[in-house]
Amino acid sequence: MKVPISWLGAYCDPGLPPDRLAERLSMTGTEVERVGTAGAPSPDGFVVGRVLAAEQHPDADRLRVCTVDAGEGGERTIVCGAPNVAAGQTVAVALPGARLGDGTKLRKAKLRGVESAGMILSETEMEIGDDADGIAVLETDAAPGTALSEVLPIAETVLDLEITPNRPDCLGVYGIAREVHAITGAELGPEPWAEDAEATGSGDVADLASVTVEVPDLCPRFTARAFTDVKIGPSPLWLKARLAAAGQRPINNVVDITNYVMLLTGQPLHAFDLDRVPGGAIIVRAASEGETMTTLDDVERVLDSESVVVCDRDGPSGIAGIMGGQVSEVSAETTRVLLEVACWNGTNILRTSNLLGLRSEASTRFEKQLHPELTMRAQRVASKLMVELCGARLVPGTIDVDNTPPPMRPFDLSYHPGRSDRLLGMEVDPDRAAEYLGRLGFHVHGSAPQEAIAVTVPADRHFDVTREIDLVEEVARVHGLDEHLPATLPGRGGAVGGLARHQVLLRRVEDLVRDAGLDEAITWSFVDPARGGFPGLGEIDPVVVHNPLSEDQSVMRTDLIGGLLAACAHNLARGAERVAVFESGRVYLPQRPPGDGGPLGGRFAGSHPPPVAEPHRIAAALIGELTGHRWRGSGGPADFYDAKGLIELIAAALGLELSFEAGSRPFLHPGRAATVLAAGEPIGWVGELHPEVLARIDARAGAAFELGVEPLVAAATTGDERYEDVTTHPAVAEDIAVVADAGVGAERIRETILEAGGALLARAEVFDVYEGEQVPEGKRSLALRLDFRAPDRTLTDAEVAEVRAGIVAALGGIGADLRG
Amino acid sequence: MLERIEAIRDEARTAVAAAGDAAAVEEVRVRYLGRKAELTTILRGIGELPPEQRGPVGKTGNQVRRELEALVEEAAARYERTELDARLATEAIDVTLPGTPPVVPGHLHPLTRTRREIEDVFVGLGYRVMEGPEIEHDYYNFTALNYPPGHPARMLQDTFYVDPGSLGADPLVLGSDGEPLAVPPGPRDVLLRTHTSPMQIRGMEDQEPPIFIVVPGRVYRRDSDATHTPMFDQVEGLAVGEDITLADLHGTLLTFARAVFGPDRDVRIRPHFFPFTEPSVEVDVSCFRCGGTGRFENGRCSLCKGTGWLEILGAGMVDPNVFGFVREHGYDPDRVQGFAFGMGIERIAMLKHGVPDLRMFFDNDVRMLEQFR
Ligand SMILES: [Zn+2]
Repeated sequence: MKVPISWLGAYCDPGLPPDRLAERLSMTGTEVERVGTAGAPSPDGFVVGRVLAAEQHPDADRLRVCTVDAGEGGERTIVCGAPNVAAGQTVAVALPGARLGDGTKLRKAKLRGVESAGMILSETEMEIGDDADGIAVLETDAAPGTALSEVLPIAETVLDLEITPNRPDCLGVYGIAREVHAITGAELGPEPWAEDAEATGSGDVADLASVTVEVPDLCPRFTARAFTDVKIGPSPLWLKARLAAAGQRPINNVVDITNYVMLLTGQPLHAFDLDRVPGGAIIVRAASEGETMTTLDDVERVLDSESVVVCDRDGPSGIAGIMGGQVSEVSAETTRVLLEVACWNGTNILRTSNLLGLRSEASTRFEKQLHPELTMRAQRVASKLMVELCGARLVPGTIDVDNTPPPMRPFDLSYHPGRSDRLLGMEVDPDRAAEYLGRLGFHVHGSAPQEAIAVTVPADRHFDVTREIDLVEEVARVHGLDEHLPATLPGRGGAVGGLARHQVLLRRVEDLVRDAGLDEAITWSFVDPARGGFPGLGEIDPVVVHNPLSEDQSVMRTDLIGGLLAACAHNLARGAERVAVFESGRVYLPQRPPGDGGPLGGRFAGSHPPPVAEPHRIAAALIGELTGHRWRGSGGPADFYDAKGLIELIAAALGLELSFEAGSRPFLHPGRAATVLAAGEPIGWVGELHPEVLARIDARAGAAFELGVEPLVAAATTGDERYEDVTTHPAVAEDIAVVADAGVGAERIRETILEAGGALLARAEVFDVYEGEQVPEGKRSLALRLDFRAPDRTLTDAEVAEVRAGIVAALGGIGADLRG
Repeated sequence: MLERIEAIRDEARTAVAAAGDAAAVEEVRVRYLGRKAELTTILRGIGELPPEQRGPVGKTGNQVRRELEALVEEAAARYERTELDARLATEAIDVTLPGTPPVVPGHLHPLTRTRREIEDVFVGLGYRVMEGPEIEHDYYNFTALNYPPGHPARMLQDTFYVDPGSLGADPLVLGSDGEPLAVPPGPRDVLLRTHTSPMQIRGMEDQEPPIFIVVPGRVYRRDSDATHTPMFDQVEGLAVGEDITLADLHGTLLTFARAVFGPDRDVRIRPHFFPFTEPSVEVDVSCFRCGGTGRFENGRCSLCKGTGWLEILGAGMVDPNVFGFVREHGYDPDRVQGFAFGMGIERIAMLKHGVPDLRMFFDNDVRMLEQFR
C-alpha cells in the first residue's frame, strides 16, 4: 500500500519527518518497506510562474519563446515546445538547478539560438498526471514565485507499507491516518464519509435501475447509486497527483473517483455506464460451469459454478469483487453512471481469484473480508466527488440490497487491565488503555475505567478484533512494546532441558563420520521421479507432490544415495578428485509409520501418527582416495572395505554388532555389495558403485552405504557400559592360520571358531589374509588372533589347548584346516 | 709383583686415553681385562703365591681391575654415544614436507552446525528438543493452528500438497476435526509442512504444561529465488505454563540473540500478525557487523542495509484458539498461557557466516562446505 505523505497529512499530520513516522509505524505493527518519493527528488527549484508573452521562435516552427514571471529575479525567457502555451496562463516552472523526476538536473540551454532559463512543465514531467501533450495549466491564485510544492505535490514522499492480512482497514489512506493518530496522538481529521452529497437529480434511483442478488451468502450487501449529467473529462491535477503518487494511473474523472475512493476508504467501487446496462437491471448470480466473459484487461476468463458474476440482462458484465468487464465500461460518451459499492464473501473472492490467476486492487481488499457497513461510506465519499468533479447530479435514493448476516452485526468486548498485564508481563495504565482503544476507533463505554473497559468494535475491525486478547494486542502495540516491554525469563516450574538419548547418539554418529574425513551434504527432499536415472532407485514407489515447482522436484525421496551421487557428480564436474560426502536425513515412504520406536524411525509425538513413514537414515558416498592424495602414496580409491570400515566405526561407537551378507542392489557392483544386518534384520546396504553409476557421475571407482538409524540407535549399548575385570585374570592370546576354500566366507570361519570356543574364547579377529603359492590353488589362508579368557581364573595351557582342539575339530567340519 | 700390577695400571690408563673409538676401547678391554690378560692371569694365579703375598696382591690387583673396568666402561659409553649421534645425523628428514594424518578433516554442514548451536542454547535454558513429521495432515499444519478454512496459505501456489493416491495402502489421514477420515483422503488433506509450528500441537498433545520445547526441522513452501528455497529449515520454540508472559518471550529471545550473535546484541520487538499467536511479533537483532549503527565511516552497512537491525524470527503469545485444540491435554485457554517462536536456520547461518545466496546451502559444493570447520 503506497501512501503519499501529503494525502495522509490531510487527515492526520503528526509533524514528524517521514523517516521518524515510518519508524513509529514499523514499531507499532505497520511495516514500512520503503520511504520513497514520487515526482522530483526535491521541491527545490520548482515555482509557480505566469506566462506574460508567448511568441513564435524565429528559427523553429514548433518552439515558442515565452516571457515568464517566475518571482524573484524578474522576468525570464523560457523556450517551450508545447502547442498550448499562451500568455496569461499560470504554469509550473522548473528553474535551472532543479532536479526532475528522472534525476536529470536542469541547466540553462540555448535552443536554436535562444537561451532558455528554465522549463514550463507538463503533467508527465511533474509525474503527477498522464497528459504529455502540453504544459499543465494551473488553477491557482498563487503569486508567481510561490514554491510549486505549496500548490501541487511536486516532490512527494511516499510510504510503501506492508499491510498484514488481518488489517484490510489499513488498505485505505484514512485507515492509516487513524493508525497514525492512535500511535502519535496527533489530531485525526473528520471521517471523509461524514457528509453526503445533496441529491439534486430527478426521480428516484429505483426508476432507473434495479438490483437482484441471487447469492445472498456470497454478497452480504450490494448498494448502487445513479448519477445523471455526468461530464467525463480529466480529473483535476490534485487528484491525478494523489493517484499517481499512490501508484494508480489516472484515466478519467469517473474511473479516477472510484480508484481514489477505494484508496481512501479501502472499499472498492465499480462504475457502470448506465445507458449500456439494458433496463438498468443488475443481477448478481453464480456463474455457470465453464461460463466465459472478457474482463477489462481484454482477457477471456473461464468461470466455474462457485464464481460470482455481476450481470445485466445480456450476460456477465463483471466478475464480482475482482474485475469489471468491457460491456458497460465508462467511456468518453458516458452521461449517466450507476455506481456499485458491494460487499463480497472474502473466502470466495480469494478462491475465484486464485482459480483465474487474476488479482486486482479490488480483489486483494475483498479477499480479506470487508464489512458490509463500508459500502455506504464509499457511496457517500464518491457521491460528493461525482458532483464536485464531474458536474453530476445524484439521483435521489440508494439501492441497498442488505443481506448482512447476524454475525456481522456490531458487538461489544471487555478489556480487563489485570488480565492484560498478566499476559504481557507489562503494566499499562487502564486510562491509557482506554485512550488507545478510543483512538483506534473503538467506542469506549463509560468514562472512568473500572475493572473492565467495555468497547464496541468498529465495523472496519469487525473480523480482526473478536476477543479480549485482540484488544490486549491493540493496547500493547500502541503503548509501545519496543519502549516498554521488560525482558524477563520464564520460571521453569521444574522443567529440565536436555537432548534425548537418540539425539545424543545421532550427533555421535554424525561427528564420527565427519571425523573419519567426510563432508556433510544436505540434499533436496524432493527429487525427480527417475531418481537421476540411477539404476534401481526409481523402482521404489514414492510419495508424490501434487503441485511441484518442477518435474525435477516432484516426488519425495525414498533414498539418500541419489542425492549424494548428484552431489558427487556436481563436485567431480568442478574438478574435485576426492569426494567423500555423507547425509543424515529422512526418506519418505508411502506406508503407515511404525507403531513403536522413536522419532528416528518415524514415530513422532502427538495424538495421531503422520500420514506416512519418515525414517531417518545415514548414507555416504566415497569417490577417490579417502585419505586424500598424499605425497607418500596412499591406499588407492575407496572400495568396499573402506565403506564397510566406516560402518564398523559407527557400530563400535554405538557398542553394537552388525553382520554383513553378500547381496547387491542394481546400482552396486554385483560381487562387491552386502546387506547390513542388525540383530538379524536388514537395516541397509554397503557396496562398490556399479560401473554404469560411476559412468553417470564421471567417476572411476567409488563405494557407498546407506543405513537406517533407528535400528542402530535401538541396538546401541553406548551409555549402558558395565565395568568388566580383564586385568586380574588376563587373556591368553594365540594366533592361528586357517586354510579353507576361498569361497568360504571369513565371517563363517570366525563364527565357527567363536561357537566352538564357547565361553572361554573372548574374541576372534581376522588380522591377515593370504592367497598364493604357500596354499593350494583355490584355497585361502586366514590368520586370526584368539583371546582366551575366564573371568574367575587365569587359564592354564592345558585348558587353552583343550578349547583349541575343539576349535580345530569344528573347523574341520566346514572343510577348514589349521595351517602349519 | 705389586710393581708389575702398578705398571699394568699405568699402561692401561695410557691405552684407554689413547683409544680413539669404540673398537679401540674394546681392544684395550680385551688386552687388559680379557680372559688372557696379564692382570687376569695374575689374579687367577694368586693361590700359587706365597701366603704372605696373597693378601696385598689380591687387594691391589682387584682394586686396579675395578679401576680399569670403570675407565673402559666410561670410554666405551662415550664412544657409543658419539657414534649413535653420528648415525642419527645421517637420518635427518625434511620436516617441512606435509604430514600424513590418519584421516583428512571432514566437515559438518553449516546448517547442521547452526541448528545444533541453536538447540544447545535452548537446552541450556531448560528446553527439550523434539522432532516432528514433514509430511503432515492439514489438521496439524493449519486447522489446529487457527487458520480458517480458505486461508490464503492453504492455496496451491503457496503450499505443496501430496497426492493422496501416493500415500500407500490404507493410509491414516485426519479430517478437519482432527479425527481419522472414514473416507479416502482428498487432494488437500496431506501436505508438506509449511512451518515447524504443527509441533506446537503435537508437543502439547504429548505433554502437559509446563512445556519447554524446541523443534528443528525441514519445512517447505512454493517459493524459489535468492532468498527463498522451496525447502528450508526452521526451529520452533514453545514455552507454556501458567504465568509465562510476552516479557518472558522478550527476555528469552534476548538471551538467545546474545548467545548466538554476541554479548553486545540487543533485540527489538515489532508487532506483527500470525494466525496462531496473539499478540504476534517480529523480532530483530541489532546488527553485529556495524554494531547496530547502520553505518561505517565509509558508508552504509550492507548487512542490515543501514537500518542497524536484522530480522531473525517471528513469535508471539500462543493464541487461546490454539489451546482450544489441545484443551483435553491440560491446556485450558483460561488457565495456561505461553509463547511460541519460529526462526529460519538458513537465515541465521547466512547472517553469521556471510553466505550471500540461500541456494548455496543445497549445492553441496565441497569448496563451500570445507570452509566451515
Ligand atoms: Zn549493520
